[in-house]
Amino acid sequence: MREKILSLLERNSRMTAEEIAVLLGSGSDVIAAEIRKMEQENIICGYNTLIDWDKAGSDAVTALIEVRVTPQRGQGFDHIAERIYNYPEVQSVYLISGAYDLLVILEGKTLKEVSNFVSSKLSTLDTVLSTATHFILKKYKDDGIIFERKKKDTRMTITP
Amino acid sequence: MKELSGRNLLSKKADSLKPSGIRKFFDIVAEMDDVVSLGVGEPDFDTPWAVRDEGIYTLERGKTFYTSNAGLRELREEICRFLKKRLGVGYDPVQECLVTVGGSEAIDLAFRALLNPGDEVLIPEPCYVSYTPCAILADGVPVPIPLQEKNEFRLTASELEEHITDRTKLLVLPFPNNPTGAVMRREDLEAVAKVCLEHDLYVLSDEIYSELTYTGEDHVSIVQIPGMRERTILINGFSKAFAMTGWRLGYCCGSSRILSVMTKIHQFAIMCAPTNSQYAAAAALRDCYPEVLKMREAYDQRRRFLLHSFRKMGLPCFEPFGAFYVFPCIKEFGMTSEEFATGLLKEQRVAVVPGDAFGQSGEGYIRISYAYSLDALKEAVGRLEKYVAKLRGGS
Repeated sequence: MREKILSLLERNSRMTAEEIAVLLGSGSDVIAAEIRKMEQENIICGYNTLIDWDKAGSDAVTALIEVRVTPQRGQGFDHIAERIYNYPEVQSVYLISGAYDLLVILEGKTLKEVSNFVSSKLSTLDTVLSTATHFILKKYKDDGIIFERKKKDTRMTITP
Repeated sequence: MKELSGRNLLSKKADSLKPSGIRKFFDIVAEMDDVVSLGVGEPDFDTPWAVRDEGIYTLERGKTFYTSNAGLRELREEICRFLKKRLGVGYDPVQECLVTVGGSEAIDLAFRALLNPGDEVLIPEPCYVSYTPCAILADGVPVPIPLQEKNEFRLTASELEEHITDRTKLLVLPFPNNPTGAVMRREDLEAVAKVCLEHDLYVLSDEIYSELTYTGEDHVSIVQIPGMRERTILINGFSKAFAMTGWRLGYCCGSSRILSVMTKIHQFAIMCAPTNSQYAAAAALRDCYPEVLKMREAYDQRRRFLLHSFRKMGLPCFEPFGAFYVFPCIKEFGMTSEEFATGLLKEQRVAVVPGDAFGQSGEGYIRISYAYSLDALKEAVGRLEKYVAKLRGGS
């Protein structure tokens, strides 16, 4: 049940408990209680809106930064990750397997802001060995949603 | 241009076939804009990307030649493996399996392979529109069995028995059903099978909606009932389960004696099913069943939404557990299905299909498809509610 509720909310966080109850053939009290529980357990961590900022006219740039670090005794990567994710301009931080350790997604208003962040805040951390910054040029698909495509129903209106 | 008018221009049999009731309605809808349609009999989902990708890939590699008449060996093997897994019934991919141009071709072939002039074909109605004309074209005599809402549009053994004569040869079993959404449970099929065995009937089991059932249990086929595999032509395809209607690909399985004759007709009429679609379909069976389950879950949610909405507006509708249709009853309004559907279209711009397009016993019902997004369904239900309220208000 939880998984079904979550996959509905993941697609449309505005769906009410009543609506979800109809779709899943359950009671709205049951669904509302389940959602509340998942909020308390931090399974549901928030209700976001997926925005195509490009279309909204925003000039903000997004950068993916690969970061190689030295893990610290007793704390692994968690401590250094925290030092990075506490910056509000940092949108996401992932621990990654492979050629580098942390993937940092950064939103800045301008290119300069991003490069300032990397040179003055990120690179100066003791444990950071190196960084590689990639700027995102275009978002095609985010969180399972394809931005450009507006689906049009091209089926015939009546078929047997 | 001068109209052709020779006395012997056309086949009398073909010329006198009744045009599909759906066609008539389609023509009305085609001339209107802003219509919210609930009238389609095909999935709204795109064909899974892995399937489309396989289609593109095989085109790029130039796999564009005929396949063997019966279809690609690897596809037939996938089909038989799939049936074995889903039904526990084994078919030989070489002798007992034929790949066709949609399930539709298999229906036509089955009638042509089995029927002699005057043989009676039992057709439970309401049902898909092509059984009756195809039976007539194959010189059979279609005998409708009107199904009842009180039985949730299942075929009962006694209904079947009442329509059997000395000339009865073949029973069509169209479940899960278009347009009613009815499914046959194992016990229903056992009762029907018993009658078939007693009266030596063959069965054409059209299971094109087999993967779209919402009972919580798997689809049951009559070929799973002892003694029935040998006398049943099992028809299925990729259109509904894998959202592949335009690829035109179906298949049939059955005893080699029948299948060899069907393959012979297919060889002369069609040669082989489209090669590109066959490669794509093999990929569908190999890799895409998880996508079928996702689509099924979405259909099930929409089905619940519609039934909930009808309950709220007091429109009686039995709960269907298959396909992607609901079949609410509109008898309270004292109108024919066609009058109701035409009024709904003209006043609220919502297109549904009148139930009688699927046989006389569909009169008093309308078919509503839920192969639409929830948003589209919400919009349409809102309009339907206004129409119903107006009719009830007596204005």
